[in-house]
Amino acid sequence: MTEYVVLSAILFTIGATGVLVRRNAIVVFMCVELMLNACNLAFVAFARQHGNLDGQIAAFFVMVVAAAEVVVGLAIIMTIFRTRRSASVDDASLLKY
Amino acid sequence: MIAFWVLAPVMVLAALGILFVRKAVHAALLLAVVMISLAVLYAVLEAPFLFAVQIIVYTGAILMLFLFVLMLVGVDASDSVVETIRGQRALAALGGLALGLILVIGVGQMSLGPVFGLDVANRGGNIEGLANILFSRYVVAFEVTSALLITAALGAMVLAHRERLTPKPTQADLAAATVKAYAESGAHPGALPAPGVFARHNAVDTPALLPDGTPSELSVSRTLMARGVVRTPPRDVERHLEQNDPANDRADSRADSRADDRGGDQ
Repeated sequence: MTEYVVLSAILFTIGATGVLVRRNAIVVFMCVELMLNACNLAFVAFARQHGNLDGQIAAFFVMVVAAAEVVVGLAIIMTIFRTRRSASVDDASLLKY
Repeated sequence: MIAFWVLAPVMVLAALGILFVRKAVHAALLLAVVMISLAVLYAVLEAPFLFAVQIIVYTGAILMLFLFVLMLVGVDASDSVVETIRGQRALAALGGLALGLILVIGVGQMSLGPVFGLDVANRGGNIEGLANILFSRYVVAFEVTSALLITAALGAMVLAHRERLTPKPTQADLAAATVKAYAESGAHPGALPAPGVFARHNAVDTPALLPDGTPSELSVSRTLMARGVVRTPPRDVERHLEQNDPANDRADSRADSRADDRGGDQ
């Protein structure tokens, strides 16, 4: 089971790095999804390790929350794009001033 | 175990690709690879319900939503290379590497003990087992989920909705505006030129040539301009002339004879 958790850790790290490195808001969002998926893999692996289904239920709830989050997040990105004609995370910096 | 060792490198490579590809669409497709591989791993880990949900919800719904938004946002959504914070990229890469090393070494050193497996829990069927837990121990969380989903749907509708503040222009308004623009700034009131008129090709990516031989930017779609795939017809014409130069005589004589034939017919 350890190798599944290691894979999950690697995917989570790649997702976290992507959030910091990429500038396109949509790709940043995809990296967030990658992190959620990595956590799901760990949940399912631990469910098998411990021999009960609670981990799978947790993964199921993560999926539901991820779906809701993507709907709202992409709507926000669309609204920002509509007013600023840009999907770059650097352009939405009005709160700084 | 074979499935894991086949899929794990594919997943890590695809996930790394998301960091490095330039176009957002390619990142979405690489994410699809990761998600479908994850679904197969769920099946290996004795979670057939999550296998189906992963494919239906993640690859089917969420990724399609990503692709829809990419389509709406358009081709200008490429990454900028300018760093607003100095050295941010290098620091992020360093931090990511450190986090990865710590996690992998830390997780690699722990021992998880014997694997129980889900044979007992899945005895009455995986979906039945999940339903038993979901509708007993987690029923409150399940009900709260419905509130979350309704809120998300409403939020998306509110965010995507745009109130029309001015009345919709009618055809008469548009015609009047066109003529007004012509009177004030001399903008051509007719249709835009079609691509490829008077050029060597009539494909949409070939701008029409004006009488003096310069390409007309009005004749090609702005999207193609943004992508940078518009041909430059003068270069095409020059290349064509160069190619035909050595064999000038044969081509000319053939053209001449054909012209003669046509002349004879008439």
